[in-house]
Amino acid sequence: MFAQGFAPRRVVVTGMGIASPLGLGIENVWNRLTNGESGISAIQAFDTKDLPARIAGQVPAGTKADGKLDLAEWIPVKDQKKMDRFIQLALVAAVEAVEDSGWMPEAEADRCATGVMIGSGIGGLQTIQETAALVVENRARRISPFFIPASLVNLASGHVSIRYGFKGPNHSAVTACATGVHAIGDASRLIALGDAEVMVAGGAEAAICELGIGGFCASRALSTGFNDAPATASRPWSKDRDGFVMGEGAGVLVLEELEHAKKRGAKIYGEVIGYGMSGDAYHITAPPDDGDGAFRAMKAALRDAGVAPEAVNYVNAHGTSTFADDVELGAVERIFGDAAKNLAMSSTKSAIGHLLGAAGAVEAIFSILAIRDNVAPPTLNLDDPSRESPIDRVAKVAQQRKIDVALSNSFGFGGTNASVIFRAAP
Amino acid sequence: MSETADKVKKIVVEHLGVEEAKVTPEASFIDDLGADSLDTVELVMAFEEAFGVEIPDDAAEKIQTVKDAIEFIEKQQAAA
Repeated sequence: MFAQGFAPRRVVVTGMGIASPLGLGIENVWNRLTNGESGISAIQAFDTKDLPARIAGQVPAGTKADGKLDLAEWIPVKDQKKMDRFIQLALVAAVEAVEDSGWMPEAEADRCATGVMIGSGIGGLQTIQETAALVVENRARRISPFFIPASLVNLASGHVSIRYGFKGPNHSAVTACATGVHAIGDASRLIALGDAEVMVAGGAEAAICELGIGGFCASRALSTGFNDAPATASRPWSKDRDGFVMGEGAGVLVLEELEHAKKRGAKIYGEVIGYGMSGDAYHITAPPDDGDGAFRAMKAALRDAGVAPEAVNYVNAHGTSTFADDVELGAVERIFGDAAKNLAMSSTKSAIGHLLGAAGAVEAIFSILAIRDNVAPPTLNLDDPSRESPIDRVAKVAQQRKIDVALSNSFGFGGTNASVIFRAAP
Repeated sequence: MSETADKVKKIVVEHLGVEEAKVTPEASFIDDLGADSLDTVELVMAFEEAFGVEIPDDAAEKIQTVKDAIEFIEKQQAAA
């Protein structure tokens, strides 16, 4: 990747925050995830009678003390209306992550060395839907002055920077369901190349509205056959899987240059050692049967990390519970070859659904916690896989196993693929 | 206080998230109540909606205090 003779700086993870269908707080969510709990339930936000998909992974309402979301505890009421829900969720995860890292600098130079890169697959869809209704009613003059800033994808990064005074690079990835990994990978490179010392990076999504559910239904991407048993609907690799379950939430990581983190005595969760990207150049929503794009993204990440496939102990799969699960499986088997039999790979989307632009960030957090605790989180509902594999897909129950290196995949519409590799803290 | 003044005060409290006691007639939305330019646009829209009046942009620019808003709305109502 880098010109010969150039040594990129090392990047570590020093803070993490999450808002997910399993609640808030990394310890709370991780406990529930590894206990095999599901965060999927009937959609509360609107009447689903006209739509074939009626379930989703929604961030539970309740108090912070219970690991649930009461926005008033995080964002002043008068500011809430200035941001779509995806920004609100991003702020919650960012506040958790920044507080976890202990990096809240007052000095101007430190603030200028700290940037933000939080993306979203879609942005303020709910706000766009509500506002478009005014236009339909011929009331365009009633559009809120906050409509545009509430809807724009990069305003998640904007709000986080304003909250903490982070004046470094302020950026945003928008690559559909690969957004989270691209944000983490790109932000890591900004640190590696010296553009910043610290980056607050991740993804956020809140598309559980008629436009979001209806739109993905129309592209035949969502599960519709398990509305009466929500917890069983997201079933990656299962023979009878019938589409993904939409989830909402946000994952945010504080990424930091290794020496900077060591100097301030920061807690280090792990190191970002590899990042790889590719394009399918094939179809707007489907991957090629041979999973070539996924294969090349993983290969590029392994090359960047400088590790052989057999060094990887755990893969957090993209595994959305669609036909493409087996395409990814095939690509992982090809990359790992004989080492596949020693590999654990799970899809945590089985528990929380597909968080679209937030998925890669939330799953990066799970990958890092898998390394920290030597635990592979389970793939729920995997009773009867559509095909056998030498790879252990951690069916239904979490597994204690030695995990030093973990790889996480995210693939998005448009044929965009990204993989990131983490290693235990140096 | 008039009914209009009461209603204006309530809207200001709700939209700017400020304590009621601070919303005096002389209070400036921007200097005293923490509003920015977008907040004042939204506030004027809320007045229009609540009172069924139209506040053109050039008039809206002159509404800088709570009293300005009350007087403008009362004048509109008297004219209607």
